[in-house]
Amino acid sequence: MEQTVNNPAQASSAYNFAYLDEQTKRMIRRALLKAVAIPGYQVPFAGREMPMPYGWGTGGVQVTAAVIGPDDTLKVIDQGADDTTNAVSIRQFFAKTANVATTEKTAEASIIQTRHRIPEKELREDQILVYQVPIPEPLRFLEPRETETRKMHALEEYGLMHVKLYEDISRHGHIATTYAYPVMVDDRYVMDPSPTPKFDNPKMDMMAALQLFGAGREKRIYALPPYTKVKSLDFEDHPFEVQSWKDECGMCGATDSYLDEVILDDKGNRMFVCSDTDYCSERQDAGHRGPQHHDQPLGTSHSNGKAAE
Amino acid sequence: MTRSNEPLLRVSDLTMMYGDRVGCRNVSFELRPGEVLGIVGESGSGKSTLLRSISAQQEPTKGIVEYHTRIDGIRDVYQMSEAQRRLLMRTDWAFVHQNARDGLRMNVSAGANIGERLMAVGDRHYGNIRNAAENWLGKVEIATERLDDLPSTFSGGMQQRLQIARNLVTSPRLVFMDEPTGGLDVSVQARLLDLLRGLVHDLNLAVIIVTHDLAVARLLSHRLMVMQRGEVIESGLTDQVLDDPQHAYTQLLVSSILQN
Amino acid sequence: MYVAVKGGERAINNAHRLLAEKRRGDRDVAEIETSQIEQQLSLSVTRVMAEGSLYDRDLAALAIKQGRGDLIEAIFLMRAYRTTLPRFAFSKPVKTAEMDIARRISATFKDLPGGQILGPTFDYTHRLLDFTLMANGEEPATAHTADHPVDETMPRVLDDLLNYEGLIQDEPNPTNDDAPVADLTREAVKFPADRDLRLQNLARGDEGFVLALGYSTQRGYANSHAFVGEIRYGSVAVEIEPEELGFAIDIGDIELTECETVNKFKGSKTKLPQFTRGYGLVFGQNERKSISMALVDRAMRAREMGEQVMGPAQDEEFVMEHSDNVQATGFVEHIKLPHYVDFQGELELVRRMRAEVLERLAKTDAADAADAKNARSQPEAAE
Repeated sequence: MEQTVNNPAQASSAYNFAYLDEQTKRMIRRALLKAVAIPGYQVPFAGREMPMPYGWGTGGVQVTAAVIGPDDTLKVIDQGADDTTNAVSIRQFFAKTANVATTEKTAEASIIQTRHRIPEKELREDQILVYQVPIPEPLRFLEPRETETRKMHALEEYGLMHVKLYEDISRHGHIATTYAYPVMVDDRYVMDPSPTPKFDNPKMDMMAALQLFGAGREKRIYALPPYTKVKSLDFEDHPFEVQSWKDECGMCGATDSYLDEVILDDKGNRMFVCSDTDYCSERQDAGHRGPQHHDQPLGTSHSNGKAAE
Repeated sequence: MTRSNEPLLRVSDLTMMYGDRVGCRNVSFELRPGEVLGIVGESGSGKSTLLRSISAQQEPTKGIVEYHTRIDGIRDVYQMSEAQRRLLMRTDWAFVHQNARDGLRMNVSAGANIGERLMAVGDRHYGNIRNAAENWLGKVEIATERLDDLPSTFSGGMQQRLQIARNLVTSPRLVFMDEPTGGLDVSVQARLLDLLRGLVHDLNLAVIIVTHDLAVARLLSHRLMVMQRGEVIESGLTDQVLDDPQHAYTQLLVSSILQN
Repeated sequence: MYVAVKGGERAINNAHRLLAEKRRGDRDVAEIETSQIEQQLSLSVTRVMAEGSLYDRDLAALAIKQGRGDLIEAIFLMRAYRTTLPRFAFSKPVKTAEMDIARRISATFKDLPGGQILGPTFDYTHRLLDFTLMANGEEPATAHTADHPVDETMPRVLDDLLNYEGLIQDEPNPTNDDAPVADLTREAVKFPADRDLRLQNLARGDEGFVLALGYSTQRGYANSHAFVGEIRYGSVAVEIEPEELGFAIDIGDIELTECETVNKFKGSKTKLPQFTRGYGLVFGQNERKSISMALVDRAMRAREMGEQVMGPAQDEEFVMEHSDNVQATGFVEHIKLPHYVDFQGELELVRRMRAEVLERLAKTDAADAADAKNARSQPEAAE
């Protein structure tokens, strides 16, 4: 899908620009400002019922709707891909209600709404990354009561968080969290980065773009202003590590991106492909090739990928 | 550092009323570093109410509780912010519950239970935390192989000793104990008391221990306060109070022990 | 050869077309009209209005048709529509005491001023399938008109009758009628929540959930034996007071079901014992919901009444966080969405840990084998 340029004036006239009324947008923006002023702190906001179900990105959609303008270019990804059904659905939503330009190219977007991945390509100061968040509270599964977790954040009582990590190491030899890996923001608040794989955590540290997080069902907003310190929790003698693969991307040969595993048959044959579809196609356009690319000579064996490290 | 003749804790005119009912009334005393104060009485005497109020868990109707903090000198515990109070309770103070389950996290290992306070104050070296926890298991006479086991697999006595280790790991100066031997076998009690006595001595702990068991009180306490219906009716050195009780009620308490 | 999956957009569009076809069903069967739904499936309409938090029978009927009869889907449609509606006024509190009664019963008295008015109820029907309805052979029934009209002044059992002796706890009254009322659709809820928010949450809460929780309070997961003091169903006037006019005007009627329960008394030898109360209020005719709501309302008052919390119905955070079926279905169903990136992370970790365990076992096996070999190579001890 190429970049499209639309006329905002032709947006569906039954609804306000980007669906939400101006009062609501103002309310969300006020929450966003609070969030940016206190990096990593969860600001409650009066989330609205949206035309897509809770759990499908209503928080991210409300944040995007509050900040998007007629001159913006929007990219929407889910699992790193533009063409997954939910990303398509959300992109269509904004095309219908805001008539803004949309794109699949990370470099050309001014706003990127994402579910579960951070784009591989480094983002710039003039870009906004909007994350869809299911459970904003990093302590939720250790302490289900909201009244208690609120106090723990207020009083910086994060011992329980490290207890969990300690238990993981004593039981498994490793910290057993592979996604939604908790981080310490600006040396003050512990935050849930959303269910991005821990592979993406380092990208958040000192990112040039503004990062906004919306949890619609739980009605919380939080933010990381540009160039904020973000450190994944760990122990000195069990430092934070990202995932790595022995394989390269079968299509573009990348060795530095997050790879999806694709099952090829029922005999255990697999290949790995970049999760970030834009990154992958950009590399392919530039001539990079992986072993399973159709340009490659026949007989290139399918990767029987070894377990990643 | 507190000079040893300055009180560590000062309680003045403490009163806790529940509507018209008296929880405890007009209680005043001082506690010095390394001193063990026993509060004895029958159930309903108000001793647990008193303990809750002086350990910052329940603000009294009247009266003041002052603690000599490490850095800021003498502070009124209920004038502190909640953050300061909670920090105090995690570091300089300890509370040993009668039921070990109330003072432990049952769903994490013994090691994590002991290490939690260390992690709460910023320790970030897994190996060191684990060693400290192991060390403490040894001090409370639990086999170190049990470090990764869940407390639910421990006997009652072991759980209680684990609770003590969990509380003492940050070297608190003041420990509150609420019937720490309650519900344990007599032989298990004896072992626990021995342990407590050793730890109190070695670590120079100040302790306020609430108990209905005069034998426990005699073994551990330097001083005693006897409570009846919310009032302190007699206080003094342990041996004096127990061997030469002045108040009729104290005499009754002491004699009923002898009869048993 | 692997070809990257594409065509998500086309797939979605085709899926929507198929959905529309299924919704219409067999073309030989007459298309259902929303007016038929509104009239003849009126209790579905009632539920959709109540949980959609929007009183509009025609819209609810449309939502039911569009949602293919899935009531939570219909409720979702109502909620999404509701978001777009402007608010131009707040009504005055409706006066259920002045309700135009269609049904009014009390379990606490055999007879009472105003009488027991049965109204249109399933209560005493025998649940035997009536096949004449299937064959559309229904003889349209006409109800008889009673000899006397319903009493115009229908005293309220709790406030007027029981409270005559001061037997029942007063509802905490705001100091003035214009005191602000919280609105859970406009603010994020913070716990502990006050009663106005708790009641709002229950009023729009999933009927099944509130029913189950109410049921639990009767089975020991709370301890507030409840009597139905009064249920009344009928229509009330909705009034607003525009600033420009300075007096209230009637903008229409809505149907409500109100339930007040009389619960276990509190008091002591020195304090006058009084009955406590629970309250339920729903759009339309829905007694099941109104009674359940009153039971759970009373249960959630455990905190203010100093009662021990024994069960989930008394845990206001638990009740209020899980009562919204639109939120619930969204989150429950969202696990259908792709999660393969995170799953990949878990796969990787599990594979790694398995490899480590196998390695460790292999080492111990090798060590054991070596020991065994050593033992065998030693000369036998003297036998």
